[in-house]
Amino acid sequence: MPNRPQPRFPEPHSQPYWEGAKEGKLLYQVDKDTGDVVFYPRLHNPKTGGRNLEWRESSGLGTVYTYSVVRQSAVPGFRELGAYSVAYIDLDEGFRMLSSVVGVDDPVNDIKIGMRVQVDFEKQDEGEYPIPVFRPA
Amino acid sequence: MNQERNAAIAGIYEYPLRVAPGVSAIQIKAECIAKALEDAGLEWSDVDGLYDAQDGEGGGGLAVQHYMGFKPRVIDTTMVGGSSYEFHAAHALRDIAAGKVNVAVLSYGSNAASNRVAIGTGGRGTPLPTWQSNMEMPYGATLISNYAMVKHRHMHEYGSTDEQFAEISVATRYHAMRNPEAVKAMTDLEFVKVDNIDVSDVLESRIIADPLHLLECCMVSDGGGAVVIVSKDVARNIKKKPVWIIGTGEATKYLENGGDLTTSAAAQSGPDAFGQAGVRPDEIDIAMIYDSFTITVAVMLEDLGFCKKGEFGDFVKGGRLKFDQSGAPALNTDGGGLSSNHPGMRGIFLLLEAARQLRGESTSQVPDAKLALAHGNGGQLASTHAGGTIILARD
Repeated sequence: MPNRPQPRFPEPHSQPYWEGAKEGKLLYQVDKDTGDVVFYPRLHNPKTGGRNLEWRESSGLGTVYTYSVVRQSAVPGFRELGAYSVAYIDLDEGFRMLSSVVGVDDPVNDIKIGMRVQVDFEKQDEGEYPIPVFRPA
Repeated sequence: MNQERNAAIAGIYEYPLRVAPGVSAIQIKAECIAKALEDAGLEWSDVDGLYDAQDGEGGGGLAVQHYMGFKPRVIDTTMVGGSSYEFHAAHALRDIAAGKVNVAVLSYGSNAASNRVAIGTGGRGTPLPTWQSNMEMPYGATLISNYAMVKHRHMHEYGSTDEQFAEISVATRYHAMRNPEAVKAMTDLEFVKVDNIDVSDVLESRIIADPLHLLECCMVSDGGGAVVIVSKDVARNIKKKPVWIIGTGEATKYLENGGDLTTSAAAQSGPDAFGQAGVRPDEIDIAMIYDSFTITVAVMLEDLGFCKKGEFGDFVKGGRLKFDQSGAPALNTDGGGLSSNHPGMRGIFLLLEAARQLRGESTSQVPDAKLALAHGNGGQLASTHAGGTIILARD
């Protein structure tokens, strides 16, 4: 580790997001007509159906909305890891993403709901796409 | 109360085994359909509506009607995970009321245990990348961690405690110990303790994904069942007492920016069902609520209006969910997914036990039961899920 599963392509919605990750950028979409933040990446604004979206770069700063520490996993690539966290992060720009909080000694006790975190692009042993994870800010 | 009596559950059957190696899913479905029709006093050739969650062996609804040999006039293959069967019951009522169907069949079969399917701890692999999978696969989230995140947020937001969640496991085990099929299930699946449990047993069981303990998670079993739903004309001539569908609600909910994860689709489907049924939550005698995990029941008791948001802990304290206690509806009187039967999509068992209660046939029978609720939850609570609510009444 880290050897997380890589995104796979062709997949048109998430391709620009992952190309951004390669350059160390956390990208999200905004509806230019309404200002709505759109995430996960999509063809349209799910509130209106409008398709006038543009990509923007996030500051990568956010707050842990909730999390779990997985103690028992049969997921390939994760089952040998020991305890690891999964978390929903609310980014300051207003989008929520699934990720993992890393860089703490003890995920069970050191991660808290409401804690401030900063994105980090975690290089993987295999695969060209670094994976956005979060560390305490 | 809604006095319309358009469609009734007329026949039910639950596959008795939870470990059935060598038996295929579609065989379980076929056997359950035959026994449910026999329970109703109806014939194979009477079936004119097929409702199927495509859980057989490939080919979805097409394969099932072919294998069974039905020639239905309505085919509904709604697949919304474990809540599919509540959606099917709602659709059967709609189709029967419209005059399209007289005898509707719902069925389920699975050999998840024999096939060693890691439902709760496995990943969500997809054969081709999708807009969701590319955003989620890198993080190793399991189904249990998905529900665990909801429990964590609920505890954070409302101060709910592990002890309060454990009450749900304790009550369902109490019912399971009275149900011989549930006792056999726990024995065959090699539960460490096939006996009543208390709150400390739950809290001392190992954590699978914080903050969910083992005894807060449903089992993985084989199993299946079938339900026959008929028009009021057919219901006059069945062998058992009809169990009327008087209210239905359907909803979905999914991850949204800034959304509240502690509120589920039940907050929409519940009021719809109660509104149609013309009854209140405090009139419900039996609540069959999909207990994939303790958090599922907690959130849904609140969303369905049995208590206020964040207050399930007070509502369930002191064993009030047990069938012989007052102050709350009897919860999952068959033993639930936690302690009786969970082959992957539990929704059909909610209808089966609700019907047993209103017929007076439960192993944890609520005296003079008049009204039951079945609420199925499908998908994953913290990402995309569906909720189907069915309210049932006896004559």
